[in-house]
Amino acid sequence: MPLVLYRIDDRLIHGQVVVGWGRPLDVGFLVLVDDEVATSEWEQELYRMAVPPEMDVVFASVTEAARDHARYRADARPGMLLTGNVAAMHALVDAVAAADPAGAVRAVNLGGLHHRPGRVQRMRYVFADPAEEGELRAIAAAGVTVTAQDVPNARPVPLADVLSGRGDG
Amino acid sequence: MSSAGLPDGPARAGAAVGGPPPEEAAPAAPVAVIAAHGDLAAGLVSAVAQITGRGALLAAVSNRGRGPSELEAELRALVDAGPVRAVFTDLPGGSCTMAARRVQRDHPGLALATGVNLAALLEFVCAAAAGDEPGRAPPAADETAATVERALDRGRASIVALGGPR
Repeated sequence: MPLVLYRIDDRLIHGQVVVGWGRPLDVGFLVLVDDEVATSEWEQELYRMAVPPEMDVVFASVTEAARDHARYRADARPGMLLTGNVAAMHALVDAVAAADPAGAVRAVNLGGLHHRPGRVQRMRYVFADPAEEGELRAIAAAGVTVTAQDVPNARPVPLADVLSGRGDG
Repeated sequence: MSSAGLPDGPARAGAAVGGPPPEEAAPAAPVAVIAAHGDLAAGLVSAVAQITGRGALLAAVSNRGRGPSELEAELRALVDAGPVRAVFTDLPGGSCTMAARRVQRDHPGLALATGVNLAALLEFVCAAAAGDEPGRAPPAADETAATVERALDRGRASIVALGGPR
């Protein structure tokens, strides 16, 4: 089964992911792709605690996630892949296209990028700096549909509307 | 303990007839933080204030619109600033809990409990108010942990299906 959601969210695992998306999509496993978390036992334990017992969580660096992508797709359970920033998702999209072309990423969900210095607010839950906006455009230019959508019953907002500031309209 | 299941004690003094409304009891520094989704934390503090007059013992934090670093910074500032010795959150896997765990890593004496409800908070606040006498030393971490555990027991016991089909 293909991964059912590729999500960029700086909170990584949290309520919207586990409950908001996890329940309706019947997600059986999460792939948390983050180079820092992948090397920290403490961080992994923190996120493992946040996942309900019926859901598995896999920690991977970008390189490891691209290498194991075909295996994730072969899992019979619906899975969700998370990155905490745009750069990691961009790198993953490119690496998967090379390592697992049959499973190339088709769509990316922009679920939450919050305020920090240098970022400009584009939607209620999307702030981005120029480099991040460039990376989002590059993901889209690779043929990937990028939409912002925090929860399943919200309207998916196309990237062009997000970056033009019309996303909350 | 009252027959209604609410703890008796100093926190109820403000409810006397002719006295100030409970919500207007004298302010005190927060000893616990409630961090939750949406307006839940503020709502719980409001409810505690209405019932006990001791809402000032709690600080409310919402994760709405906040990224993980902002949320952690707000919790850290509250814990660093004063006598906060416990954090209550709503969901085990929520961003408030994650942020609180990171703060707790640097404050090992901080009690952290998730899945909080009103009954648990009432128990905690009444116990905290009873120990809030002038000149009394703040409770040790293990004493706070025991208070939190009793509060959670009360909270769990308050979740009951009543009547209706079984």
